[in-house]
Formats: sequence, structure tokens, C-alpha cells
Amino acid sequence: MSRADRPADDARPVIELLGVSRTFPGPPPVEALRALDLQVRRGEHLAVIGPSGSGKSTLLHVLGCLDRPTAGDYLLDGIDVGGLPDRERTGLRGQRIGFVFQAFHLMAHRSVRENVEAAALYDGTPRTLRRERAEDAIARVGLSHRIDASPRTLSGGEQQRVAVARAILSRPSLLLADEPTGNLDTDNTDALLGLLEELCADGMTLVMVTHDDEVARRAGRRVRMVDGLLHEVA
Amino acid sequence: MREQRDRTPTAEPTSDRDLPRPRMGTRELVAEAVAGLLARPGRTLLTMLGTLLGIGALVATVGIAQSAGSQIVAQFDVLTLTEVTAQPRQAVVEERTLTTLPWDAEDRVGRLNGVRAAGTRATVEVGDQTVSAVPVRDPTGITDHQLDVVAASPGLFDAVVASFAHGRAFDRGHDERADPVVVLGPGPAERLGITRTGHQPAILLGDRRLVVIGILDDVQRSPDLRNAVIVPQELAREEFGLAAPEQLRVDTDLGATEVVAEQLALALDPEDPDRIEVSVPPSPGDVRSAVEADVDALFLVLGAVALLVGALGIANVTLVSVLERTSEIGVRRALGAARRHIAGQFLLESTALGFVGGVAGASLGVIVVVVVAIAQDWVPVLDAWVPLAAPLVGTFVGLAAGVYPALRAARLEPLAALRAEA
Ligand SMILES: Nc1ncnc2c1ncn2[C@@H]1O[C@H](COP(=O)(O)OP(=O)(O)OP(=O)(O)O)[C@@H](O)[C@H]1O
Ligand SMILES: [Mg+2]
Repeated sequence: MSRADRPADDARPVIELLGVSRTFPGPPPVEALRALDLQVRRGEHLAVIGPSGSGKSTLLHVLGCLDRPTAGDYLLDGIDVGGLPDRERTGLRGQRIGFVFQAFHLMAHRSVRENVEAAALYDGTPRTLRRERAEDAIARVGLSHRIDASPRTLSGGEQQRVAVARAILSRPSLLLADEPTGNLDTDNTDALLGLLEELCADGMTLVMVTHDDEVARRAGRRVRMVDGLLHEVA
Repeated sequence: MREQRDRTPTAEPTSDRDLPRPRMGTRELVAEAVAGLLARPGRTLLTMLGTLLGIGALVATVGIAQSAGSQIVAQFDVLTLTEVTAQPRQAVVEERTLTTLPWDAEDRVGRLNGVRAAGTRATVEVGDQTVSAVPVRDPTGITDHQLDVVAASPGLFDAVVASFAHGRAFDRGHDERADPVVVLGPGPAERLGITRTGHQPAILLGDRRLVVIGILDDVQRSPDLRNAVIVPQELAREEFGLAAPEQLRVDTDLGATEVVAEQLALALDPEDPDRIEVSVPPSPGDVRSAVEADVDALFLVLGAVALLVGALGIANVTLVSVLERTSEIGVRRALGAARRHIAGQFLLESTALGFVGGVAGASLGVIVVVVVAIAQDWVPVLDAWVPLAAPLVGTFVGLAAGVYPALRAARLEPLAALRAEA
């Protein structure tokens, strides 16, 4: 479904953070996010940059319903998800959100295919469709020739692409990617960004953490995190 | 930016229908559990080993007990199914007999339905009278022997299933005439140097000369007769002052022991049947149960202990694998697996392990039973329900062992689980 078909939806932000904080109790306590406000519209491509330890991953975890804010509200598609019970948040993770972890987090003892298919295991997708989509997603990141390999035998860049294939398998409306190009050469980075931009054009919202200025520059919008605070970058 | 917080919230009332729920079909869950087990076959086999050995030990135990039990019973069966004995009941206080068996007990009982052979016996008190061969031919130089002398009615030999090496038993005519004849057990025959009967050898019992008309080979029901000098009971009565027969032995038709036993007392003592004590050997079923109960009780305890160890093994390895697979659990939770899906997968994995361990253990147990039976020359016996129940027991063990680890796995928070790098 293209953006043009649903102008009404575009008006409302997909992501809306209202004074969101995340404090790790410690000791010593760490204020990883400090009263953040943020709105991201449907189909937007947002790059998050900032120094190490500034809270970028923490922000992504909160956005991905993997972590809860210690204060403030997080509205996803207009729903206050901060207070939802575990089951609903789990459903959102499985069916609306795709996540590319900074550390990939692939299942070491399962094949590339199984790792990617796992993304559609918990949303009732029929087996054949799951297989089809997994093959398609793996092809899109250029790893068809390694489909039955074990992730342990893959290079860092290849593992990263498997993680991306898994994240886009269920056609999430929100993709959260934590340095998805960190281990890729320029050609592969280019191809991956092309793929993600294509998905954004179809209405997917993308929030991507990156240390690479080139990558950040291709995003429609950039924010910088410093010490738990967000700043728009012109 | 603050004013954003104060405006009317953009949140809609969250209707349940809007929110996606984690969903997973049973087939998917089973497939994941199986794939999880197959992903690490070495570890899977190791985990299974405990149940396999426990169930194997249980099945083997029951099988060996049953095989041994049937074996013992098989030896007993025919003899025990056809044997009845009767004797005067002992008075409890004075230890004297209340009555005596009649001299014609053999005839009275022989007419009863189901009786194949009957005969009476009694020990003959010969004091210091000794037995010697005539003429003396003892190579050891000892001529006089102290030997057990038993008085028998002619039917006794058949009733105790005696077989003859030489000659024959004395018959009714010998008995009625109190003929001076004797049958020797193989023991006395050897000591007296009498090896055959064709030339009418004789022995001296005290100063009475008795002709040896038979030498026994074997006595299945009264092994003591193998070492006895056996004389007709009428002879014992006239010459040695025997007061009465002491015991009646009966050989019955197959399975007729109970019927015969019921009639026996009345036939022997019509005035007061209670004075006769009739005994029937325990039925084979009782013997089998008794033997099996003994063997079973001991080994079942061992088997149960083995099984418990197996269960602890599964629980332990499953727990370790939960810890090892913590990051996998995190991944699955991040990908939308509900807690119950995580618990379900681990529970299914351990249950499947228990089931397969049960099947393998049952096979192992059956093999052990067969091998032991062959080595012992037994017929292997094992109730069909035992190997069939084994996988059920294994499944239950696996299920029980998996509960705690599965709950542990389900309780993990996704992010914390992801951080635990495997
Ligand atoms: N579970 C936790 N417990 C305590 N402190 C934490 C925890 N997770 C993160 N932090 C702290 O929160 C801060 C932000 O961490 P975060 O991982 O978000 O940084 P980042 O911006 O992603 O850094 P990088 O670029 O190195 O990945 C850091 O100081 C980190 O030490
Ligand atoms: Mg980070």
C-alpha cells in the first residue's frame, strides 16, 4: 500500500514519545534516556547518530517494545504501549516491528533459513508462505547461496544481512535497525540502504542508528543523541 | 515541547481487536521442538541417556523377574498340579495323633474320582537291628548297615512317581501275604553291593531274610525314599509291630487336586473327617506370584531409583540448556514468541526426550531380558503391557523434568535474555 493511498494516516505519527525516560537503577543509576519527545511519521527514514553510550540502543529497545520507559508515554500507532501487558507488547514485536540488533543475535545452532523463518513463527503465518517469504528476504539481502549454512560459518557482514532479512520478513510497519551497515563494505551498504528505502517508499517507517555519516546523510531526517538527550540535526 | 504532554492524549481507547496477538500453531510448536532437539544431536542423546537407562532397567527387571518366575513354575507345574497328601491331624496340646490312617486307606482312596494312584507309608522302628547282604559281598568290609526302613502299601510307588532301575515294586499279593520281600533305594542298594535283581538277591533285616525284588532309580515326590529300605506294610505290621500308616500320598489327574482333597478326609475318617489333615501344594499361580513378588520388589526399587536419576538427569540438562540458550530465548521473545510458546517449546523438547528415551529404554530392556533368558536357558516372559507402558512412563518423566526449566525459560525478560551472550 503506497503512502498516497492513505493521506489520513500520514497525518498521525507512527511513533510518539512524550517525555520518555529510561533510567537504569544501577548502582550507579544511569539516565540513558532523559525525558525525550519525538514524533516519527509513517514512511519516514530517521537516522539516529551520536557518540557511544549516548543511549541510541536504549532508545531503539524502548521503541521496539523490548524495554519499558521508566517515565513518560510511548504511543505506537496511537496506542499507549508503555503500559500494555506483556502479551500485547509481544504481539506488536512479532507482527508490527522488525528489529536488527547491534549484535545480530542469530541462533547459532540453526541454519540461515531457520533463523530468518523464525520471524514469522509467532504470528500465524502458514508454513509454505513462511518459507517463501524467507527465501525472498534472503535473496533480497543477496545470501541465497548461503541459505542452509550455519550462522557460525558466516562473515560479520553476512550475519548482519541475515539479521536484516529476518527483520524485514514479516513486512513490519516499523523497522528498527541498530547499525545495520556497521560490518558492510560500501557496495553492500549501498544495496542494503536501497532495499530499506524501497520498503520505506511502501510505507514502512525506519529508525536506524548509525555511526556512518554517509549512511546518515541518505536518511530523510537525522537526530543526534547526546547523553540521553535528542537534538534534531539540520 | 512540554505542551505536547498537556494536550489531549492522542491515544485511542485500545480495543483488543486492534492489537496483534502472538499466535503459534501446535504443528509449528512441535516442529520447533523437534528442530531444537535435532540441532544438537549429541547433547540430545546425552540428555536422553538417563531415561533410557532408567526405563531399560525397569523393563529388564520386570522381564527377568517374570521369566525367572515362569521358569520355576514350569518345573513345578505338572508335579504340583497332581499331588495331594493326607495324614492324621496332630493334637495341638498333647502332640499326639487324634486318629490313625486305616490300613486299607489305599483302597478307600483309590476309588475316588480323579485319583490315579494312592499309597500309604510309615517309618518302621527297627531299633538296633541292622541290614546286611546275603551272602556278604560288601567290598568295604562293613557288613552291617544302619538304614532307614519304610513300610509302604503297593500303590505308594506310583503315588510318589518312583521309577525302577531293576526289578519292580511289590504288589497287592505280596502285601496281603506279608511276603518277605523288599525294594531298595539306590543308596542302600549300592552300600549293600546289590546291583541287580534277576538272581533273587536277599538281605538280612535283623534276623529276617528278605528277597530284593526291585531297586529304585528315582523318586520324584519323596526323595527320602532313595535312601530307604522299603518293605510291604503288612509285613511291617506283623513282623515289626507297625501300628498304623502315617501318611497317605495321592497322585491325581491333572488339576484334580482340589476335588480329591475335598473327598479325602471323609473317605479316610467318615466319623470325623476333621481329624484328617489334607494338604495340597500351593497352586502354580501362587508360586509364580510369590517368586515374582520377591524378585520384583527388590529390582523395582533399583529400577525406580535408576528412573529417578534419569529424570533428574533430564531436568538438569534441560536446565543447563535453558541457561545456554538464554540468548536464543531472547531472540524468540523479540521475534514475538509469547512466554507460553517458550515454555511450550522447552516442555515439548524434554517430553519428547522422555518419550524417545522410553521407547529406546523399552527396547533395551526387552533385549536384556531375551539375552539373560537365553544365557539362563529360560523362556523369556514379559507381559505385553510393560514395554508398551514404558514410553508412557518416559513421557511423563520427561514432562515432569521439563516443568521447572520451562518455567525458568518463560520467565526471562527478552532484553535481559538477549544480553546473556551464549
Ligand atoms: N541494562 C543496563 N544496565 C545499566 N546500564 C545500562 C544498561 N543498558 C545500557 N546501559 C547504559 O546506558 C547508556 C546507554 O547505552 P546504549 O547501549 O543505549 O548506548 P549506545 O548509544 O547504543 O552506545 P553504542 O554506540 O556504543 O552502541 C550507557 O551508559 C550504558 O552503559
Ligand atoms: Mg548501541
